[in-house]
Amino acid sequence: MNSSDQNRKSFSIIERYLPYFLIAPALSYLLFFIGYPLTQGIILAFTDSRGHFTLAHINYLLYSPQSLFYAALKNTLMLAAVIIPIQVMIALGLSLLLSSSFVGRDLALYIVIIPLTISDVAGGLIWYSMLSTNGFFNKFLMAAGLIHSPIHFFGYQYRAMEFLAIVLAEVWRATAIVFVIIFAGLQMISREYIEAAEVFGASTWVKLRHIIFPMLKPSLQSALLIRTLFAFQVFGVVMVLAGRDIPVLAGEAYYEQTELYHYGVAALYAIIIAAISVIIGYIYIKMFKAQYIREVGAG
Amino acid sequence: MSRTEIGGRPPLRYYLSKILFAGIVLIACSWILLPIVISALYAFSTPKDFYSPKEVIPLHYTFANIKELLDLGAARATMNSVIVACMTVVFSFILGLPAGYAFARFAFKGKDSLKLLIIGLRMFPMLVIAVPLVTLYIRLGLNDTLLGVALAHTTMALPFVILITSSIFVSVPIELEEAAFVFGLDRTQTFLRITLPLALPGLTAAAIFTFIMSWNEVFMAAVLTLTNRTLPAFILTSAMAAPDFIKFAASFIMILPALIFVFIARKYLISMWGITIR
Repeated sequence: MNSSDQNRKSFSIIERYLPYFLIAPALSYLLFFIGYPLTQGIILAFTDSRGHFTLAHINYLLYSPQSLFYAALKNTLMLAAVIIPIQVMIALGLSLLLSSSFVGRDLALYIVIIPLTISDVAGGLIWYSMLSTNGFFNKFLMAAGLIHSPIHFFGYQYRAMEFLAIVLAEVWRATAIVFVIIFAGLQMISREYIEAAEVFGASTWVKLRHIIFPMLKPSLQSALLIRTLFAFQVFGVVMVLAGRDIPVLAGEAYYEQTELYHYGVAALYAIIIAAISVIIGYIYIKMFKAQYIREVGAG
Repeated sequence: MSRTEIGGRPPLRYYLSKILFAGIVLIACSWILLPIVISALYAFSTPKDFYSPKEVIPLHYTFANIKELLDLGAARATMNSVIVACMTVVFSFILGLPAGYAFARFAFKGKDSLKLLIIGLRMFPMLVIAVPLVTLYIRLGLNDTLLGVALAHTTMALPFVILITSSIFVSVPIELEEAAFVFGLDRTQTFLRITLPLALPGLTAAAIFTFIMSWNEVFMAAVLTLTNRTLPAFILTSAMAAPDFIKFAASFIMILPALIFVFIARKYLISMWGITIR
């Protein structure tokens, strides 16, 4: 009797601490591989090669004619400002379209989410095959007799077109992420609300305006935030389609690190991207936490 | 949505809206598929067809582009990518699976805060760790090694693996585990004999998901390697100087596993992305 009690007690102690043992390795790994580089990054950004404190890197970043920091910041923001609204609108339209049932809906759904698994580098190359001088778009328009000489999308003198190519490639590739979030949000709206509205003779617009949009707001918010986070990491597509013609933050970090060996400056870029993301992420977590607690409380 | 009247013919508007609907769905699908099909066709096009302004769709096909690309170094880079992706899957599952199980099956103090921390870390722009990691890797002899890239990729994949596996374990009915306890199995036996087999299809999909994540990653791989390039890093640094049709061959090799993944894991795809990015 006594020993069985003992057994149960030790069993429950193991059970009590087991979850922490199970989580500890993963958490330690993450804290080391994020915490160490961040600390190291701050040290790199503010010390010279002999380990003395210096503002040389930050001065280079802000004032050197070699540094493209302001252009990179401007381009990153502009790409986000142009791409994200287009993606949200397309994703919203597609979600509404694909949430009704019709023959071939599943197939359409799979096709629409294919780009989720395509990398930024591959996405850039795919759009290069569409838009290059010998690409599909130019050949098609020329064969149709609509244009006589190819439209140039690439090259330093065509930067506006390069920007457009990046926008097209990103809208094509990354709208799927926004779509999945909004589509999932739409699936969670109870049919009963919509049916109730229909009983009262609500038009499609009234249903959208007064039922679907308000209930979709959390999904729209998180889609917006996640896309904004990704927008500050834009790299592969830009490198493939425009190289350094259109500098972006992550691209400059890469360039300063691997071409110029300005480790301190590259670290500064890394810190800036991280800081912007942490601020956006903080807003997200605040919102998500409220939602999470609401859901747990309701469930 | 509009209903047809009983016995009567449906109004013309009904058919028009059906046609409009089908048209939009068709345009959306072609918008996604056309660039993939075109780039794949160009990847196998003979250079002559590609450079001829008259051949909108190439008529002559060849494996020469793929072969040339592989000979340029893509064969080794592809191999490297597979090795890094496999290591990433193994590391992130060894570390992430127990944590996912703990979040799914235990109630403990601080669970919500820890879970929020993981959700927060998932949002962290992991590419920024690559730059400072170089200094550490040089010291440890990990610079320009596949292990070094895999360790960085594991950091990126781990929060996702924890969250995905946790939701997979939640979906395994707890009653089955309780029944196993009643029949005298301990927690380890229960996990190995009951929970794991039931969770296996979901876990396989999660593993493929992790593989693709590492396979697609370019920034960290390009910063952390010099000679041992993974495929995206190789394309970014070497293949960009090659002729266009070689680039299309490169994009074809890159998207092939992704397309296979969509096919294999199509059942899980939406729910998995729903979990990871909600």
